[in-house]
Amino acid sequence: MNATARRMTSLGRAELTLLGRNKNNLFIALLMPLLMIFVLRSSLGQMGSDELPGGMAGTTVIGGTGLVLVLVVYMGLVSALVARREELVLKRLRTGEATDLEILGGAALPSAAIALLQCAVLAVGGVLVLDVPAPRRPDLLVLGLLAAILLLAGLAAATTAITRNVESAGLTTLPFFLISAMGSGLMVPLDLLPDPAANIARLLPFSGVMEFVRAGWLGAGDTEDLLTAALTTLVWGALTVFAVRTWFRWEPRR
Amino acid sequence: MTNAIEAEGLRRGYSGGFEAVRGISFTVPRGEIFALLGTNGAGKTSTVELLEGLAAPSAGTARVLGHDPYRERAAVRPRIGVMLQEGGFPSDLTVAETVRMWAGCTSNARPAREALDAVGLASREKVRIKQLSGGERRRLDLALALLGRPEVLFLDEPTTGLDAEGRHDTWELVRALRDEGTTVLLTTHYLEEAESLADRLAIMHQGRIVLSGTPSEVTAARPARIRFTLPEGIAPARLPLGLKAAAEGPRVEIRTHALQDALGELLDWAREAGVRLHGLDARSATLEEAFLEIASRTDALDVDRDGDLETAR
Repeated sequence: MNATARRMTSLGRAELTLLGRNKNNLFIALLMPLLMIFVLRSSLGQMGSDELPGGMAGTTVIGGTGLVLVLVVYMGLVSALVARREELVLKRLRTGEATDLEILGGAALPSAAIALLQCAVLAVGGVLVLDVPAPRRPDLLVLGLLAAILLLAGLAAATTAITRNVESAGLTTLPFFLISAMGSGLMVPLDLLPDPAANIARLLPFSGVMEFVRAGWLGAGDTEDLLTAALTTLVWGALTVFAVRTWFRWEPRR
Repeated sequence: MTNAIEAEGLRRGYSGGFEAVRGISFTVPRGEIFALLGTNGAGKTSTVELLEGLAAPSAGTARVLGHDPYRERAAVRPRIGVMLQEGGFPSDLTVAETVRMWAGCTSNARPAREALDAVGLASREKVRIKQLSGGERRRLDLALALLGRPEVLFLDEPTTGLDAEGRHDTWELVRALRDEGTTVLLTTHYLEEAESLADRLAIMHQGRIVLSGTPSEVTAARPARIRFTLPEGIAPARLPLGLKAAAEGPRVEIRTHALQDALGELLDWAREAGVRLHGLDARSATLEEAFLEIASRTDALDVDRDGDLETAR
């Protein structure tokens, strides 16, 4: 095992132990996604989702995948990173051999693994229980999931810059959650939005990766749509990297 | 290469214009214990953080084992151990889990048991960090700093919060490491710690090094003092002129670089004049006096400098 993998594994392992000992974060990581998926399913029922390309079940699985990712990776990681920063753990880790990226990556490993596991459970459950047709393009689905995790981990790191303490993480993560729920196809399918709104919604941070997840399940429609999605994601990715490099703080404000 | 640490004209400014480190130069040869001494806010931690590579200096150069600790972090980190002034550990991990996490981030780490034994924490392995006392946390921090068998060890106030016994244990450990060839840079505001532990020390005040050398050199540079009270009716003016006496009422203080000669002259005079010197007390300079004198003197210097700037404008 090379040094980077060894360092990230031991940081990730410590982070997983901590997650297991924190009831709040455990709740967000394990029960919140389940809860939100039920909410999603019942609200889809009222929207007249029969005309949707994926049907109600397919839309639930796609939106649910997005919900899992945002709740577990983004919201979970913001509170984990802020907690480590305020405990001066990040500062202490920076005196060691791990690089900045390894420290952030190691912290994100457990959330990423849990999110992927939940997406897998959702996919298997969707196919077996809800009779959703198996993903037409598994390659695009996997690509979408991995891109989503990278983007969300970066956005989480950026969000810590405006999060003073663990308690305020619930508030600072809310805008991105709401924007994504409404505009990136988590709670409201884009097909149900009026055209001009849908076009703007496609440019939101999380819309690009969601387009890939959708294409993974339902099959790639328009190549142009996928290209727009890829470009949108890359631009948001670059902005996120810039934000993290500029504003990320490794220790509490004095 | 004989110097493990080299600082040349180091400066560090913070946003808002405050300059915590204002041009510091010193070197630490391999295998030496070097202490940075100063009051709170003297700039000790800001200086050490530059050498640890946690921040880049706004001017000047830092070299640790021949490398720039900030830009060549990857080359320096595996060879140094760092104990921050305020260590950070996840409060819900146990001691053993914390050591295991740190060992995973360290090349050629010592066995966890060995490091914990060295600081006397082996029996606390299963205890959560949040249940440790302040002193135990300091010792755990030290154990982690030692984990990678560092060539250079940075200790920022290593014994703050320790009881007397813990402090002496830490000193013994640091001396043993030095004897094995480890270079140690430590900061402290305990004068006793610097005096007994350091091969060389530097006294910092307001971001500058005011005095440096071996503990005995530093104290030798300061004058010794003699204090006594004259009986009623004997004016201080009657003291021999050769003694540079400062009087405050009947209380007299003499500062001298030749304690024996001055004391002899004083006692000869007292015997001939038949004067009894009450509360007679003579002592060589201690580090504490050197330290306090420097602190007050630089305050005065700074006022002068600011004054000059004002008139220059």
